[in-house]
Amino acid sequence: MTKLKRVLCGTMCLAMAGSMLTACGDDSSSSGDAAVAPQEQKKEGSADSKNTIKIYVWNQEFQGLFRRYYPEYDAEKSGYDTAKHEKTGTGDDFLKDGKKVVWVVNENEGNNYQDKLDTALKAQSESDDKIDMFLIEADYALKYVNSQYTTPLADIGITDSDTAEMYDYTKQVATATDGSLRAVSWQATPGLFAYRRDIAKYVLGTDDPAEVQEKLKDWDSFDKVAEEMSAKGYKMLSGYDDSYRVFSNNVSKPWVDGDTIQIDDQLMKWVDQTKDYTDKGYNNKTSLWADAWNADQGPSGKVFGFFYSTWGINFTLAGNSLEVSEKKGGKKEVGNGLYGQYAVCEGPAAFFWGGTWLCCAAGSDNTDTVADIMKKMTCDKDIAKNLTLDTLDYTNNKSAMQEIADDASYGSEFLGGQNHVKLFAAAAPNIKMDKTTKYDQGLNEAFQAAFKDYFEGNADKDKALENFYKAAIEKYPNLKQA
Amino acid sequence: MASSNKHKSISYAKWGYIFILPFFIVYAAFQLYPMFSTIRDSFFSKMTVGLIEYPEKFVGLDNYTALFKEGDIFTYFGNTFIIWIIGFIPQIFISLLLAAWFTDIRLKLKAQGFFKVVIYLPNIIMAAAVSMLFFAIFSDIGPINDIYKSISGSDTPYQFFSHIASTRIIIAIINFIMWYGNTTILLMAAIMGVDPALYEAAEIDGATPSQTFWQITIPSIRPILIYVLVTSLIGGVQMYDIPQIITNGQGNPVRSSMTVVMFLNNQISVGKNYGKAGTISVVLFIVAAILSLAVAAFNSMDQIAENRAAKLKKKKLKGALKI
Repeated sequence: MTKLKRVLCGTMCLAMAGSMLTACGDDSSSSGDAAVAPQEQKKEGSADSKNTIKIYVWNQEFQGLFRRYYPEYDAEKSGYDTAKHEKTGTGDDFLKDGKKVVWVVNENEGNNYQDKLDTALKAQSESDDKIDMFLIEADYALKYVNSQYTTPLADIGITDSDTAEMYDYTKQVATATDGSLRAVSWQATPGLFAYRRDIAKYVLGTDDPAEVQEKLKDWDSFDKVAEEMSAKGYKMLSGYDDSYRVFSNNVSKPWVDGDTIQIDDQLMKWVDQTKDYTDKGYNNKTSLWADAWNADQGPSGKVFGFFYSTWGINFTLAGNSLEVSEKKGGKKEVGNGLYGQYAVCEGPAAFFWGGTWLCCAAGSDNTDTVADIMKKMTCDKDIAKNLTLDTLDYTNNKSAMQEIADDASYGSEFLGGQNHVKLFAAAAPNIKMDKTTKYDQGLNEAFQAAFKDYFEGNADKDKALENFYKAAIEKYPNLKQA
Repeated sequence: MASSNKHKSISYAKWGYIFILPFFIVYAAFQLYPMFSTIRDSFFSKMTVGLIEYPEKFVGLDNYTALFKEGDIFTYFGNTFIIWIIGFIPQIFISLLLAAWFTDIRLKLKAQGFFKVVIYLPNIIMAAAVSMLFFAIFSDIGPINDIYKSISGSDTPYQFFSHIASTRIIIAIINFIMWYGNTTILLMAAIMGVDPALYEAAEIDGATPSQTFWQITIPSIRPILIYVLVTSLIGGVQMYDIPQIITNGQGNPVRSSMTVVMFLNNQISVGKNYGKAGTISVVLFIVAAILSLAVAAFNSMDQIAENRAAKLKKKKLKGALKI
């Protein structure tokens, strides 16, 4: 009996240990490097699928815009309150022609959205429940644009004249290697430097955007102002990653050449500047999206400014600037915290941050509807203009934006009456996206994380670089170190 | 009639097999099959990056040589062990103390049930939730830093997650808080299994409480102590969820809080490098298997010693009878 017990004990322990081996693994056959031509479908969509628009998204942003601005959306049947602009019903969304809209929402965090989307797209050909449309972000746009899972938009009836008013960079990044446009965006995301008027007045003697811009026109001037800020007890930037995009958008070579990772001089400039700022106390040692970083943008913060793009200024910064947050019943109005106390200027270099594109999935059985959604949401001038006026988002329509920029009476309450669209309209044509790769998101994140150790003094530059390569190759095992 | 009954005796044995069948089916599908496919993967070069699947290729032991040549796995085993030991030392100490107090007949602690529930409670909460809680408590603008700032008068927070020692200690503390209740219950069961006559005899002989603890309790519960040590070690080797959440999967600072399973997870989080992940799994399996066999060995050593003692006793008795 005791012997049996002993044997059992041993086996149980082994079984416990064995359970660790239960890693996931699927035996999908290999297909090698992806082709760009849209995939042939092995199976046709079911009748149900032909009546359903299935859209993959990672948050509610596009849902909200779609319900509010898409003219073919059946608000009544879907239970949408057109006065409050929110969905009160709990049922599905419907279009006026009776088709159903199904949203598949997967959180972006930790590559989750892409994992789920990839799995679904790989199964698309064999499935009778077709995905019709999916959304992608700038950082990994090329991964889908240069794949067999997106349909050239010309094939579904979106012409060059439809997209003529779009900013060039939004089309450039969405063009596959065969020259066909694969995705369109309703927004352009030029970045600006948003600074606090009160601190500017106190330290620099002026809060006028033109004069402040003159003092921040290049990195040397920017450094000088940082020194002045520090002398008066303020921080120039909040954290390590704040200026990252301003450098990384101005690189002279892409992250990856063939399968070799290459590090541009601009990125090392960011490293040196940030190390310098950290050692001299010009920043507050926070990290992007951390609680302390958000807090720095509010009334208790001592930080002069933040690099932000369109959506960041009107949504994130405006929300963080409040004394009483919206969650606690505060309102976005002048007098609540720093609302109305910020202003924007171009800053030392042009950059962009983020942006969302719409793709038509290869094999979609509702291409007409998808094309119509794209035309209305991204190519229609009136909708674009209203969208900007209502939501403060910056839309991808040059002439609509120019009209707002030229409107002297237009101004943002949050920015103390400044017409930010004017600055965005000036900055947007300068955006370049020709150095992007499909690896950008992972490599940017790995680079920022690895060099945080260097800024905090836990590692020297070489060690940080070594750790970056380790993390990079873990993420993309097909790449190699230079 | 009687004779035919003899031949057709009803066997219920098959029901036994049928009842345990569901377990074995589930086990085979979700444990056994993945286990073998993982071992198989470790001999292949197999990866998927985004939408691109690379062709699978048999590479023999190349994955293993590459892993050991790279050498990082030793660092991560080291990290794991350090974090485990920082948590385990207070855990075993506090658990022993509590177990001794709860079982002490002279102390007669009141409301024992309540305390047992309270100390066991952290184990019921999901590790991820506890980690999030600690992350918020120790964050730059969290309550601990508020206290630190008001005591020290400094206006810059102490960045707990930017220092190697403090990050490791926080992870170890969470491990400790989550597991000391479990250990206490185990040790209490062990102490209550000790013959009370021994304690009574010791009391009559005038032994002090510390003498009874060191001379009676500890030697009597030695097998359970070893069991606790080794199961904790096996659990420690697999440490994952707490450091993963505390450091957002990066094992920061400088990868000093990267445990072996986090390293494994990194191979299949963005790009899926099944070959390397399989190799790490197999190495981890071998380490855990060795540890498990060590428990079995310890247990059987005790058994052998007991058997020898019993034999000796018998011989003596025989000898006595002869005389």
